[in-house]
Amino acid sequence: MFRKIAISAVSALTLAAGAATAETAEIHIHDVAFGFEGPFGKFDQNQLQRGLQVYTEVCSACHGMKYVPIRSLSEAGGPGLTDQQVRDYAEAFTVLDEASNHQLFDQDKGEYRPLKPSDNFPVNNTIGAPDLSLMAKARAGFHGPYGSGLNQLFKGMGGPEYIAAILNGYTETPACAPADFPNYYNSAFAPGGYPDECKIFEETVTEVTNPDGTVTTRTDKVEVGRMAPGSWIQMPPPLMDDQVTFADGSPATVEAMSHDAAAFLMWAAEPKLMARKQMGFVAVLMLTILSVLLYLTNKQLWSRVKVKKTHA
Amino acid sequence: MSMSEEIDSGRRDLLTYATIGAGVVASGAAVWPMIDQMNPSADVLSLSVLRVDVSGVEVGTQLTVKWRGKPVFIRRRTEADIALGRSIALNELVDPVARNANIARTADAADGNRTIDAAGEWLVMMGVCTHLGCVPLGDAGDFGGWFCPCHGSHYDSAGRIRKGPAPENLPVPVSKFVDDTTIQLGENV
Amino acid sequence: MAGIPHDHYEPSTRAEQWLDDRLPIVGLAHATMTIPTPKNLNWMWIWGIILAFTLALQIVTGIILAMHYTPHVAMAFESVEHIMRDVNGGWAMRYLHANGASLFFLAVYLHIFRGLYYGSYKSPREVTWIIGMLIYLAMMATAFMGYVLPWGQMSFWGATVITGLFGAIPGIGESLQTWLLGGPAVDNATLNRFFSLHYLLPFVIAALVITHIWAFHTTGNGNPTGVEVRRTSKADAEKDTLPFWPYFVIKDFFALAVILVVFFAVVGFMPNYLGHPDNYTPANPLVTPSHIVPEWYFLPFYAILRAFTADVLIVQITDFLTFGIVDAKFFGVLAMFGSIAVMALAPWLDTSRVRSGRYRPMFKWWFAVLCVDFVVLTWVGSMPTTGIYPTISLYAAYYWFGYFLIVLPVLGLIEKPLPEPATIEEDFKSHYATPAE
Repeated sequence: MFRKIAISAVSALTLAAGAATAETAEIHIHDVAFGFEGPFGKFDQNQLQRGLQVYTEVCSACHGMKYVPIRSLSEAGGPGLTDQQVRDYAEAFTVLDEASNHQLFDQDKGEYRPLKPSDNFPVNNTIGAPDLSLMAKARAGFHGPYGSGLNQLFKGMGGPEYIAAILNGYTETPACAPADFPNYYNSAFAPGGYPDECKIFEETVTEVTNPDGTVTTRTDKVEVGRMAPGSWIQMPPPLMDDQVTFADGSPATVEAMSHDAAAFLMWAAEPKLMARKQMGFVAVLMLTILSVLLYLTNKQLWSRVKVKKTHA
Repeated sequence: MSMSEEIDSGRRDLLTYATIGAGVVASGAAVWPMIDQMNPSADVLSLSVLRVDVSGVEVGTQLTVKWRGKPVFIRRRTEADIALGRSIALNELVDPVARNANIARTADAADGNRTIDAAGEWLVMMGVCTHLGCVPLGDAGDFGGWFCPCHGSHYDSAGRIRKGPAPENLPVPVSKFVDDTTIQLGENV
Repeated sequence: MAGIPHDHYEPSTRAEQWLDDRLPIVGLAHATMTIPTPKNLNWMWIWGIILAFTLALQIVTGIILAMHYTPHVAMAFESVEHIMRDVNGGWAMRYLHANGASLFFLAVYLHIFRGLYYGSYKSPREVTWIIGMLIYLAMMATAFMGYVLPWGQMSFWGATVITGLFGAIPGIGESLQTWLLGGPAVDNATLNRFFSLHYLLPFVIAALVITHIWAFHTTGNGNPTGVEVRRTSKADAEKDTLPFWPYFVIKDFFALAVILVVFFAVVGFMPNYLGHPDNYTPANPLVTPSHIVPEWYFLPFYAILRAFTADVLIVQITDFLTFGIVDAKFFGVLAMFGSIAVMALAPWLDTSRVRSGRYRPMFKWWFAVLCVDFVVLTWVGSMPTTGIYPTISLYAAYYWFGYFLIVLPVLGLIEKPLPEPATIEEDFKSHYATPAE
């Protein structure tokens, strides 16, 4: 139950809380029990490979990943491809936006060369979609309460949950919206366009005395809430059930694929996550032992000077 | 005797030693990453292994590639080059050691110890003169090999120093055929 | 060191004598390490060591990061990712450095509030206090410029907003801002100079820290009673004090180890908790993030900056009296710097002859409210400027100034302090029994 507590992402993302947004339909970002969370969390190698497949076959059509080196696919703590697999993967990768990837232009041959493991994933600016390298760290799924960020203490920052929520957020378009409203309704996406027809306004009517002495009324509209959560996003629904076929036979539902992609993007954003948690564990353990020893040493040292007063 | 002197010079029991030990271990564990960070980073290491496609190299021609910041000559030798190289007696050589990173350090500089294939067709070596580091010119010099324009060192068809100030044969780097048409320079770490 | 009578270093060999005649460095180290320290220091006296350690940590990890970082707008963000992904242990260095800043400020706030409660700022320790305030200002400048270096969205817009404060200064503001930035907006010139100064200032801080220590080694440490160590004779002084080494060094090391357990848990398990997700998006001068917040340690002063808006009466009066020179924007800037200035003036604003808050029954309550006020300011600094929040910030800011400008001067005149112990020894004995041996 604890993990299912929903938070108001509208108020938190924009931090424009207060009375005006009290009635706003709330965005629900559900906590996903990813294996890499918690102090002892580890990436699931199979999940990372599935996520890589989703990225390669679906996301990479529009999104680049320019900070992630392809060679890191074989590094410890990652998807764990073999060197040969990484070479084959790089060579087979189609660079869709050659103009944005000048580093791949071979001056001698006068043409773009195929990717090598030492290259990064290519930039993809064909339609201006954001780079995904750091998406899992550049978005926070959990904020509150009251912008204090305390939820993050218990659930993590929630970047992967945010990504999964967006991918699962293409629910039925609210009936209030006009049919020709641009882009796609997504119930987890906050900063997009929103039709006036779906906003709830509070109208105040003021009497105005005109300079010529006549009295007319002026109507002021203030937005006090929204009928449906989320907003309209530019990205068309990217995933359909069974869009990819996983080698390990895992189900390819939208939800399963969204979790795999989110986990993969967490790895892409933080490839040293497992090494970091291991360091944290070793450091905490070592320093705890040192603290205990220093406590005893200190107590012994001071016992020559002071002892606890016994209250009679 | 004051308190501090007693601590300084007095008995040090097991607890004190354990505390000092733990402190030293913790400090040591903290210092190592601060030293290790200056070692080559992953992107630099990834460039230390180079795969070269040699399918386009005709007999009697040479491909020069840049590897670890230096030129590497990949020469596909003619029958005449091979015959010339094998005809040289070891005692005619200035440097009798193979200088081939792929075989024993003490191996002699026979022609067969210089190439990476048994047939002796493929000669891979650093294009850096062992004298002062200039890049020797191919198909030049008095011995059917390379000639360094800086100070006049002559190398033969197996890249061995024959005349001039250079002290050693051109070194053969770690290299091997990974398939019929690809030579890999360097080793995966 | 001058002050408390104690044993001095005596060279015992000819070699030591030889060195001591030429450079008395061993004697200086000896005097520093064995300084007589009041034996009743409590656990709030550990933050100095934590701060010294953190300064060293920041300098060492910072120098390492500078080896791999590129201060250029086109490469800064990428070079940070290079550190995070490719450099051996680079991710650890960066997370230690980023979270080290938070540890630094947490410790400095506790250190400052300890000083405010126990009256550490009072005569004869005013110079120590003032140098401490200078250190704090230098820390703020360093932290602010360091936050710009990763060149993320929050870096860029934080730099834009904060340097905009200087633009509020009447007359010279605009040219001052342009001079600071090296152009009309935050750009490559700004990034380069911030990198240079971010590298320089920690060494200025280190020099100030040495002066800070020098100053309080001259006056002697304060202590929870506020009663001075007896200087009448060495024997008397020894009843009130213990040598710094080993008693307080071991005690401080224990405290440091405990703090580091927490610190490494944060670095290892939630290194981005105190950061802002927007800073993982590269800087874009054309798009402002929806909500710009400074790092948590600037929030109290950011709240004070925002508290004084044009509809506040005191702002309107000031505006009128100065013929519009001090408008709301400039008033906010003055208030922010003023909030630190009044803290620096505490030695002269506090009229009480009693140092320690322990013996000041009324002061205790006002001080407790100040602590709550500081937390409230931190919280409200992160909130939007709508609804009830501006009012909260305004009253919290009023209290901050009121505490220093009204409460401290008045309280000293009207308060009847509790009896203080005659000596530190007496206080110590009232808390602890003497060992039987």
